Amino acid sequence: MQINKFVIGGILILGAVVFLIWTSTAANAQYFLTVDELNAKGPDIVDKNLRVSGAVIGDSIQYDAQNLALSFEVVHVPGDTADIETEGGLAEALHQAVMDPSRARMKVIYVGPKPDLLRHEAQAIMTGHLGADGIFYAEELLLKCPTRYEEAVPEQAGL
Amino acid sequence: MIANLGFSVLFISFLVTLYSVFAAIYGERRQVPAMVESARRAMLLTWPLLTLTAGILIYLLVNNHFELQFVYEVTSRSMPTYLKVTAWWGGQAGSLLFWSWLMSAFTSLVTLRKWDRDREFLPWVIVVSCVTMAFFIGMNVFFENPFAQLYQTFDGVAAHTFQPANSILFTPEDGRGLNPLLRHPGMVIHPPMLYLGFVAFVIPYAFALAALITGRTDDRWIRLTRRWTLWAWLFLSFGLVLGGRWAYDVLGWGGYWGWDPVEIAAFMPWLTGTAFLHSVMIQEKRGMLKHWNMLLIILTYSLVIFGTFLTRSGVLSSVHSFAQSAIGPLFFAFIGLSLITSVALLIHRWGSLKSETQMTSLLSREALFLLNNLLFMSILVVCFWGVMFPLISELFTGQKVTVGPPFYERATAPLFAALMLLMGIAPLSAWGHSTVKTLGRAIWKPIIGALAITLVLFVTYTQKVGALIGFFLIALVILVTIYEYWRGGYARQRSQGENIFTALWNLTGRNRRRYGGYIIHLSMMLMAVGILGIEIFQVETQGTLAQGESLSLANYELRYKEIAQWDDLPSGVNYRRAVVDVYQDGEYLGQLAPRIDYYYDSQQNMTIPGQRSTLKDDLYVLLVNWEPVAATGATFKVYVNPLVNWLWLGSLLFLAGIVVAAWPEKETERVAVRAKARVQQQTSAAD
Repeated sequence: MQINKFVIGGILILGAVVFLIWTSTAANAQYFLTVDELNAKGPDIVDKNLRVSGAVIGDSIQYDAQNLALSFEVVHVPGDTADIETEGGLAEALHQAVMDPSRARMKVIYVGPKPDLLRHEAQAIMTGHLGADGIFYAEELLLKCPTRYEEAVPEQAGL
Repeated sequence: MIANLGFSVLFISFLVTLYSVFAAIYGERRQVPAMVESARRAMLLTWPLLTLTAGILIYLLVNNHFELQFVYEVTSRSMPTYLKVTAWWGGQAGSLLFWSWLMSAFTSLVTLRKWDRDREFLPWVIVVSCVTMAFFIGMNVFFENPFAQLYQTFDGVAAHTFQPANSILFTPEDGRGLNPLLRHPGMVIHPPMLYLGFVAFVIPYAFALAALITGRTDDRWIRLTRRWTLWAWLFLSFGLVLGGRWAYDVLGWGGYWGWDPVEIAAFMPWLTGTAFLHSVMIQEKRGMLKHWNMLLIILTYSLVIFGTFLTRSGVLSSVHSFAQSAIGPLFFAFIGLSLITSVALLIHRWGSLKSETQMTSLLSREALFLLNNLLFMSILVVCFWGVMFPLISELFTGQKVTVGPPFYERATAPLFAALMLLMGIAPLSAWGHSTVKTLGRAIWKPIIGALAITLVLFVTYTQKVGALIGFFLIALVILVTIYEYWRGGYARQRSQGENIFTALWNLTGRNRRRYGGYIIHLSMMLMAVGILGIEIFQVETQGTLAQGESLSLANYELRYKEIAQWDDLPSGVNYRRAVVDVYQDGEYLGQLAPRIDYYYDSQQNMTIPGQRSTLKDDLYVLLVNWEPVAATGATFKVYVNPLVNWLWLGSLLFLAGIVVAAWPEKETERVAVRAKARVQQQTSAAD
């Protein structure tokens, strides 16, 4: 009898936690895609909550300070760490990506202040959705700027 | 030359820790106390050795020895000396060495204590600590050598521990410099704090394993390490808060916590550590939850290593990001091995860890503590799930799916609320047995009070349901805690004839852990006020202003006055500093000066907000535009963060609470009494 009380309580808590995790995951899951994968998905993916990474093309960066309207182009970089390694690390992979005119590119529009790290060959990780016009509307913009020896900036920041 | 000396000393300390492990095991197995003593002394030697290693590294850092890869990466000529010293933990190789150094300091402190009554633990505490330390030093020796030098060969420049054939030493003119984001007082002390917390948790784990190995599974190991656990928890908590403060001051996004995997990595051991702090009390008082405590400390240790691993491997991507290096898989193997070994030991001793009493009442203090533990574990599961979800989904669907901050907020908010409710109820419930009736009698007054406060807030401040629930819970906990203080103080005042202040002082002094704990509860509530404020009531706006134009938000008005730009060449920084006049409801309050600092050596901007902080709210202004073209206009982003100051105030009270709880008690008397009691028992048993 005594045991039952605790077992029932435990099961209730477990159930609640599973429910919380399940519904929160379902409500907030974001597909993490590369530019190529995004293109392969076709129109199904329009307006879904996405996270896309790509290498920034420096010349394409346009910023209207008056309206805080930022637009730039990103080019496909592999998403898999193993693929990045075979290309010689993230910095090298990003460098190759921006030098390769045959790779898929995507235009990004973001409203907000221009991040300090947004520059040529940076890796942009954008959260937002793909419009029907093929432009990616980012709500959040994260940037990584690896350097030749190692990814000094992010690595230092990690603790 | 000096670099080689540093590496040699590092390598010697590696050998010494290994020797310590083997000597301790040999001495224990063969019953040769001299060998155990030798292991202990070897262990004591690691601290001076690693201090020397660190000293050499710091010497090289301070004196611009850019031929060292590590020095080249984290310092530059223009950095002030104190930053060159703290650059020690600014990069991977250095921070691993920093970890080992702290570990050696802690183990030395532990081995210097009197071991008379706990001799049997000694060899195993040495083994566990030294295995951990050997792992970290080994990382430095074999994979991340901070003393590796740059050599020029035909293939180019690369770092090597030993000079390759046909090469010459390569000395860059200047270093790359520490990331400007890290040149902030908060960031200078945040990593050491976090590491102190991480490393200190190894000590209770070492004792727990020693208890499992020796079979001395009573609560002695808990009593021995209680204070260690508290200090570890203090450092870890404070490290987390400092990290938040740093993000708030430096990262320029108006927040303090982003549910980034690296943040979560530091948060997870905090969760198990906090659960552990609570549940050990049940074992001490009631002799229950023994398996659970073992499991918690094992988990905490694994999560501490996992936390270091997450920040140092290429597994996940986050703002902090990760360096790709060989050490990832090794960390993983080490965590796996230590987890398997610990759990195997726990299963081996399962029978001797039986509870001494049965838990009967759902509302008893121990049942509520257990519930508290389950809630902490639930939050842990949510965090772990969120961090691992991309990997899990990739494994099963081939598609990387991530979850962001909304996932964590949504999944953890009800759990945090439940924890707060427990914080309100548990102090009023009794050990052993409690019913709705007895509990109701104690709690109805605080509940009425909290409802009244909530009603007032509903009328005057907010109608948001989430916020009102939050404020109700906060008010409840605060009232219950004050009520508990008052009850104890009042009783003492009457029985001892002291005035109320002396009574409260003595009350706290007599039962430090309990009343220190209450102070910590109060501080958590102050922090909760700040978190609720910024999470629910934050408002923001942005705009580009010409000089003399203004922008308004909430009841603030900002008028853009001027902008100036100048170089500080010795420090290698270019400053752009805007000045805005701040008005509140038409009344002039003063000026704020948000800046953008551009660091030439690392070619990076740093956005420093202009902040005006009051208990009611923070006005947080960022200068966003830094295009020289638009010199006549400047773009600002403005946040009003209500109540956030309470978060930082709460963290100060938190420190005070821990100091109260962890302050050394006059334990000698009690120990003497207990020893006497034991002698009597033994003699009576002999009769």
